[in-house]
Amino acid sequence: MTKTYVGKADAANAMETLNVIGRGTPRIDGLDKLTGAAEYVDDMDFGPGLLHAAVVESPHGYARIIGIDAAAAEALPGVIKVVTGKDFPFTFGMYMKDRYIFAQDIVRFAGEQVAAVIARDARTAKKAAALVEVEYEVLDPLLDPLKALADDAVLIHPDLGSYEHVPWFFPKENTNIAHWRKTRRGDLEAGFAEADVVLEDEYTVPRYAHCAIEPHVVVARLDGARRLTLWTASQSPFTQRDVFAQALAPLGFSHQDIRVVTPYVGGGFGGKAGVSMEIIGAALATVVQGRPVKVRWTREQEFKNTYQRQGVIARIKLGARKDGTFTAIEHDLYWDAGAYVEYGANVVNAAGLSATGPYRIPAIKIDSLCVYTNLPPGGPYRGFGYSEFHFGLESHITRMAHALGMDPVELRKKNAIVEGDLLAYGEPMNPSGLIEAIDKTAAAIDWGVAETSDDPNVAVGKGLCLFWKAPAMPPNASSASFLKFNEDGSINITVSGMELGQGYLTVMAQVASEILTVPPAKIRVETPDTDRNPYEWQTVASHVTWSCGNAVAAAALEAREKIFKVVHDARGYEEGSLYLEDQQVKCDTDPDFAMALSDFVIGGIQMPDGTFRGGPIVASGKFMPEFTSALSDPETSQGGHPNVHYTVGAAGVIIEVDKDTGKIHVKKAALAVDVGKAINPVLIEGQITGGLLQGLATVLYEDMRFDAGGRLLNPTFTDYKIPTSKDVPDEIIPIIIETPQPDGPFGARGVGEHTMIAAAPVIGDAVADAVGVRLKDMPITAERVAMALVSGRTDET
Amino acid sequence: MKHTIEMKVNGEAWVIDVSPAESLLEVLREKVGVKSPKIGCERGDCGSCTILYDGKTIRACLALGVEADGHEVTTLEGIGHDGLTTLQEKMVEMSSFQCGFCAPGVVLSAHELLQHEPHPTAGQVQEAISGNLCRCTGYDSIVDAVLEAARIGPRAVS
Ligand code: FES
Ligand code: FES
Repeated sequence: MTKTYVGKADAANAMETLNVIGRGTPRIDGLDKLTGAAEYVDDMDFGPGLLHAAVVESPHGYARIIGIDAAAAEALPGVIKVVTGKDFPFTFGMYMKDRYIFAQDIVRFAGEQVAAVIARDARTAKKAAALVEVEYEVLDPLLDPLKALADDAVLIHPDLGSYEHVPWFFPKENTNIAHWRKTRRGDLEAGFAEADVVLEDEYTVPRYAHCAIEPHVVVARLDGARRLTLWTASQSPFTQRDVFAQALAPLGFSHQDIRVVTPYVGGGFGGKAGVSMEIIGAALATVVQGRPVKVRWTREQEFKNTYQRQGVIARIKLGARKDGTFTAIEHDLYWDAGAYVEYGANVVNAAGLSATGPYRIPAIKIDSLCVYTNLPPGGPYRGFGYSEFHFGLESHITRMAHALGMDPVELRKKNAIVEGDLLAYGEPMNPSGLIEAIDKTAAAIDWGVAETSDDPNVAVGKGLCLFWKAPAMPPNASSASFLKFNEDGSINITVSGMELGQGYLTVMAQVASEILTVPPAKIRVETPDTDRNPYEWQTVASHVTWSCGNAVAAAALEAREKIFKVVHDARGYEEGSLYLEDQQVKCDTDPDFAMALSDFVIGGIQMPDGTFRGGPIVASGKFMPEFTSALSDPETSQGGHPNVHYTVGAAGVIIEVDKDTGKIHVKKAALAVDVGKAINPVLIEGQITGGLLQGLATVLYEDMRFDAGGRLLNPTFTDYKIPTSKDVPDEIIPIIIETPQPDGPFGARGVGEHTMIAAAPVIGDAVADAVGVRLKDMPITAERVAMALVSGRTDET
Repeated sequence: MKHTIEMKVNGEAWVIDVSPAESLLEVLREKVGVKSPKIGCERGDCGSCTILYDGKTIRACLALGVEADGHEVTTLEGIGHDGLTTLQEKMVEMSSFQCGFCAPGVVLSAHELLQHEPHPTAGQVQEAISGNLCRCTGYDSIVDAVLEAARIGPRAVS
């Protein structure tokens, strides 16, 4: 029997049979969301006193602010206040404090907030914002990271050396390099000398937008007692509280004064992690004490001034022996990180630790450079650097197979990382079913069997790529949970992970349900409120199933212990002889004993003398990975243990390419991912279907375009196309692999981001396979494929 | 300059003062307090503001409040007169949603389809919801639930 685990700390409680874990339990938020009952921030009522703010944005990518004249705006009836950078000369940021709440003397990207107008209604605020006159001295923007690296490049942040940052960042003063992650292991020279084939090339990936359908929104209120409450559409309530407390410390605020409430969120994908526009709400509330104030981003602002996925230029040099064994890799990543990198620099860091991909390579040199540019701030987006670097790396590996005359899948299997192999930073790889994932994906798309179309104008191609990703977190990122019983034996759980749509609330209910035998439908899991719910770092990094799942399991186990203790105290049974079944306590040594949880979990158990034992069952649990460390040699990244574990897998596609138009049609897509243990396979299939489509869109048509001034040219869904229901593959085959993660709840590890990562390179490979055109820059649009075919380009594939 | 309009929202009569610039979406959300039509783009691209207007789907962000005088609006809150529709039930059971932000619009578009075409093909379902952007699900689970709801047919009215 496969062993299952209930968290590392509790392997002794391994459960032999599972009743709820592993089932496609319907989501517990279904009725909320299918009846319209689900409340998102913009749906909340704040009464007639609610004020609205509109932001004055920089129209320039790079400019000096000469002066701001707000007189006309202030004079408009209904306007309460106009604020500018002078009112808030404070920096903020998550990993590096390099941002201001409002631009001070300089604007560094088009769309940056320069001032804000607070008014009685949204229309007046917007009208007044247009009346604020800002005089600029326009400067030449730096839009290309390679140009920003030139010796004579203007410094976008001359004060870089003075910014506070986490200890694992290495900014280079007097340059535009905000962070440089260097990873070195093994003898690179010897590795390349040993290689029979050395392949070198460059790949580029542009910027992308998350496009959650709910725009960012914040309502903030500073009440008469100087309590600052914020309702935000966020993935990160506790991290937001921390960032707000630090940013507003000069005004006398600390954590105890700030409360962040986050109801349902309409999609995040990383875009609602950390703090972006919400800082504006926090600041504005302080100037209109007593009144709630709302800032809601328009779709255009959503594109221009939240986080964007960073662009990257990747230079790869890979060496392999004739038999396919990889000997060495050099991977340089130049990130277009944008104007502020307070979050984005950690994306760069994550890639710099893992840009070998899921391969065993003895000699490694990775340089991942976070470069300031005058484009909007880069930041986290599903895949967190891995979606970005896998395009080049996986394309390159297929090309290496061709150079060696090997089958690309064989080459991958030969070098695929397995448990115990050394990672780039020198620690051993966790258990993984990568080989199984490759084999099952290959079988699903009939790898090795050439297919043709009846239509002579249509070419058929296949591709298969691997992916991996580890959560990128501070070493002490933690989760906690409170659990309480109600009179009817139902349960309320409070946690502070976010239900972004992935099904987190349901998964937490399943974990508690398995341990306490209360069905998921009788368990409510509440969305966060930093005053009432326990701590969670944030809902990013695909880590909450694993981390918060462990915290909920710990709380459920504590509750179970307390339940057994009450029964022991009242009835005398040995605690070790008691067990739970169907919401009842039963006893190994007395088959006649059964006591329903609802009989005593609030009121206790009555004794013969009429007194009671017990009382309300309440419990708590926490989880922190106590084995991670971000301290390592800055020149090599050796010596630490930055990542908790990697989730691995493979994706394969069969596509048709129209040789006249270049249009690509995905007939079949298979994706295998090793989730450790599928707590809810239906939810995992949802991640695969949704994540794959999001990834396919980045390679097939999505693309952010900027003009020479750094202004985004396509900030609407009209011009930045995301997939509709008619743009889906004909068939998607989700494949779940289960190699248990020893320290995960029931053996589970994260899966949310991973489903997007391999989509881009697998299309690149399939296009090359179908029509012999290798495109090394994303996106691979129909137009670009058609142009390459027309020009008779026969790039090596 | 105010206009007084009379409209029916989910079967209930409303008399409301609106200004000429207010969209029907704003009127519904702020003056009627019906919050299931969402604000996703305010320019007709995303479909999250979809409502039934005299029984036909429209984008409430593209209509003006003043135009709605004498008309009837139905939102997600109003389609299940007798509890949930089969479609809602199947979407709950089959977990055919993720963040849920698109769901009110998706349900109304699919509901409209099922009114006219009780036995649609997968292609027809895709066509019917193609104006409702969903960034989370990849659409397949929604299409499956609509087909399943069609297979079972509408709820018997008790
Ligand atoms: S809000 Fe109406 S279509 Fe997007
Ligand atoms: S479920 Fe999130 S947008 Fe559709």
